[in-house]
Amino acid sequence: MKPPAFTYHDPTSLEEALELLRRYGEDAKVLAGGQSLMPLLNFRLSSPPVLIDLNRIAALAYIRQEDGQLRIGAMTRQRTIEFSALVRGRLPLLYEATTLIGHLPIRTRGTIGGSLSHADPAAEYPAVAVALEAELVLQNASSTRVLRAEEFFVTYLTTALAPDEIVVEVRFPLSVSTSGWAFAEFAQRHGDFALAGVAAVLDANGEQCRLARLAAAGVGPTPIRLRTIEHMLEQNGLTEQSIDAAAEKAAELVEPDQDLHASADYRCHLVRVLTRRALRQAAARSREKQQ
Amino acid sequence: MKEQRHIRLIINGETRSGQVEPRKLLVDFLREDLGLTGTHVGCEHGICGACTILVNGEAARSCLMLAVQADGAELRTVEGLAGKDGLHPLQNAFREHHGLQCGFCTPGMLMTAYDLLQANPTPTEEEIRAGLSAVLCRCTGYHGIVQAVQAAAERIQATK
Repeated sequence: MKPPAFTYHDPTSLEEALELLRRYGEDAKVLAGGQSLMPLLNFRLSSPPVLIDLNRIAALAYIRQEDGQLRIGAMTRQRTIEFSALVRGRLPLLYEATTLIGHLPIRTRGTIGGSLSHADPAAEYPAVAVALEAELVLQNASSTRVLRAEEFFVTYLTTALAPDEIVVEVRFPLSVSTSGWAFAEFAQRHGDFALAGVAAVLDANGEQCRLARLAAAGVGPTPIRLRTIEHMLEQNGLTEQSIDAAAEKAAELVEPDQDLHASADYRCHLVRVLTRRALRQAAARSREKQQ
Repeated sequence: MKEQRHIRLIINGETRSGQVEPRKLLVDFLREDLGLTGTHVGCEHGICGACTILVNGEAARSCLMLAVQADGAELRTVEGLAGKDGLHPLQNAFREHHGLQCGFCTPGMLMTAYDLLQANPTPTEEEIRAGLSAVLCRCTGYHGIVQAVQAAAERIQATK
């Protein structure tokens, strides 16, 4: 038997799950799609006394448009998001980022709530949530709170979730008009975690940039919102020159660590290249839409 | 006495059941309890793809699922790929195009390719390569595998 022994609960309702979490607190690990936690269990790098499996809670899997937001239930599979016409139409950045997560068989099981709660800074969804100013709905047995994505990510694999809380929903605002989008990343092999990634959305009018939102993945302890770049683009527009200047600046704004996959310098270089690539593509898509 | 659960599922069209500890992986249940050793165990952490099977019609890593999570599900493994009329077009194409040498990755390749063609019946070579990057092969260099999937896609389209 590979995983260490645990007491297993597979509640069928959210209330039941939250009650179990209230009872077990830090002794419990919550199992969503299992694409990160199961490897940790198989290698016995994690040995929680109690496992609370959310996969039987059908009520946590949905995608719906409500109050000017696209609301996605935490247990919605990445595969469902990938093939959702609503997501593709209203949040093309989320669609594009989804296709870059692992491989299709990983996305069959992986969930949006699980990916955000795992909070790997190199993962796609945290960067998208930060760039799109998503809100996360956190719930425990007695209360609910809503956090902005930027407040939710604390550091490497660490979020603002209390031991008795889970993410139940992710809310993406649809109010800001974003005609251009792109997720650019570089990974050594297709499907690997990216060495660096940049998520960008734009609202452009010709070379004028009414709005820009950017976040970088894999180059810090959390996804990093590139506000300075946003201001630069909104002021200077989307000329080749201003895109180049933004890319140069982006590489200065991040302070990545080095690890066995890449040096800090190389990651800065990637941020420069990927920012340019993402902005060019987002601007091109924006122009296409206007024609 | 360790906690045991009774599970019941449909595998390759047949209802099967068993008693399992909750921590037992689905792939180990298939191989050890049901004797369905066609599904291979490689890396055991979701990287190599050898254990890929269809869960409710969609490819998934059976080393990253607990057997108890498959209670009530419908699974298809490589043993269920061939039909009454013989091998599946993918299997025939793998044979014709030398899509395997040692065969270790083959069950995962076949089930992944099956799902790939289901999601995208007329993939380009690039799309096939991207899709098959979900499974690691250490001997053929992928060339024959890609050709096999391309040939199978064409054959399936032609017989539609």
